[in-house]
Amino acid sequence: MAGAVTAHLSQEASKRPKHITESAGVRWLLISIALVFLSLAVVMPLVSVFIEAFKKGFDVYKAAITDPDALSALRLTLFVALIAVPLNAVFGISAAWAISKFRFKGKNFLITLIDLPFAVSPVISGMIYILLFGAQGFLGPWLDKHDIQIVFALPGIVLATIFVTVPFVARELIPLMQAQGVQEEEAAAVLGAKGWQIFWRITLPNIKWGLLYGVILSNARAMGEFGAVSVVSGHIRGETNTLPLHIEILYNEYQFSASFAVASLLVMLAVLTLLVKALFEWKTNQGASHEKLN
Amino acid sequence: MKGSKAKKSKNVLPGFGLSMGFTIAYLSLIVLIPLAGVFVKTTGLSWNEFWAVITNPRVIASYRISFTTSVLAALTNLVFGLLVAWVLVRYRFPGKKIIDSLVDLPFALPTAVAGIALTAIYAPNGWVGSLLEPLGLKVAYTQLGITIALIFIGIPFVVRTVQPVLQDFEKDTEEAAVMLGAYRWRTFWKVIFPELLPALLTGFTLAFARGIGEYGSVVFISGNMPMKTEIAPLLIMTKLEQFDYKGATAIALVMLIISFLLLLLINFMQWRISRRTIAE
Repeated sequence: MAGAVTAHLSQEASKRPKHITESAGVRWLLISIALVFLSLAVVMPLVSVFIEAFKKGFDVYKAAITDPDALSALRLTLFVALIAVPLNAVFGISAAWAISKFRFKGKNFLITLIDLPFAVSPVISGMIYILLFGAQGFLGPWLDKHDIQIVFALPGIVLATIFVTVPFVARELIPLMQAQGVQEEEAAAVLGAKGWQIFWRITLPNIKWGLLYGVILSNARAMGEFGAVSVVSGHIRGETNTLPLHIEILYNEYQFSASFAVASLLVMLAVLTLLVKALFEWKTNQGASHEKLN
Repeated sequence: MKGSKAKKSKNVLPGFGLSMGFTIAYLSLIVLIPLAGVFVKTTGLSWNEFWAVITNPRVIASYRISFTTSVLAALTNLVFGLLVAWVLVRYRFPGKKIIDSLVDLPFALPTAVAGIALTAIYAPNGWVGSLLEPLGLKVAYTQLGITIALIFIGIPFVVRTVQPVLQDFEKDTEEAAVMLGAYRWRTFWKVIFPELLPALLTGFTLAFARGIGEYGSVVFISGNMPMKTEIAPLLIMTKLEQFDYKGATAIALVMLIISFLLLLLINFMQWRISRRTIAE
């Protein structure tokens, strides 16, 4: 599903002869409707976060994001992403390698399985770990006896975050690596390169921008995950609260400005993600036009 | 014959066992085994218990609300998503690159942030809410509010599935239609639209599937009144908080089955699209 998100705007597509495009009036009408729709639906929420955040002045903003609970939520969020994102990146590379470089039966089925976490409601993604590790869960009594806590503690938050972000890197890399084919790698192998040598010298440089975007996107999703983490966190302030959960608490306590101030940090992360994506597309387009010239 | 055989026995590339083994092991540990837990847990319920949970009026109301708001949001996105994709692919205008990037924002923005931002805008004292209030139109804390949150969440799905198909659309086909004397509007309905239909359906289903399960962006704007604005994922959350794990699992199982069916449908449609492009 995330794979669908990568599309490139080619320049030539927009230059069309007159007889197969609309008249200027219709054209500008359609553009205007699209722009109004996107401003209402996307731009306005984005802008409103910053306006609400600074409504009570810069001091309230600064106090909200330097509050000890906010800082501990930030630390927890960073820590969780630091575990979840690299694991899913390794998984994504490994899955994309198997799927794009080899032929085997059931490939489409495997891709569907990788997509599963997309289709599952975040609340259910959190719930499954409660069913496994909670007090009434399958492993609950055993964990209790050995004094290991997974749900309502850090490991549960990490697991739920990993679950939710499993598909992102894989779904960026699979179409990219499929399009690149196997010729370069095969040539290297015939010339006697070892497996890891092929990967580090040939494959990785080819996929680095796609990989970067996949990693940044799964990082944004990992840091922003709300539903799944909410189920397994236990909401212990200063201990198991991530940034999105902290935003919810502030909001429910009617501390709106503080809530939006913390939210603005995550908005900046989202904007950064989009910038990296634009860079990725620019680099791929550049590569494509370079190839065309050759 | 020889060539195809060589291709089959071929692969000089190493690492199939390692990468495949790791992929399957990781997927099983993180995704498949925990998900299977839901199915095992519901077998702890008798059929009558299960049926009693999922036919409870409050549960049925939550399914109905999730379903209708998701359909309405996905339909809205179908129309405007097609329009946005069309404008982005076919026309040139200043700021196009930025607009194109913005389409992905709902995908990158944390759902809780979207939730509080939309609530602030559509609350009776918000930017838009205060304009609609005198007209007697309430958005926040109604099903309309839920629909608006789901529209926000679903935008990228339709735009990004339609965009590549529209991009690859052959000019020749349109040229031919024009040569044969078709008007622009007729060309669109008879030539372009049928080609776009599979992508549109895929985008619709993706947005719909995401909408049914969505939680973070909805809970703030919905007001969460049982029977009126309580969505199914929230009901699961409530049951979990009351330690009613059996009830939560039963509701979740129904949702999971719906999600799996939708996922199968999406993959089937994508398979159809790719087969069609290969055939061409």
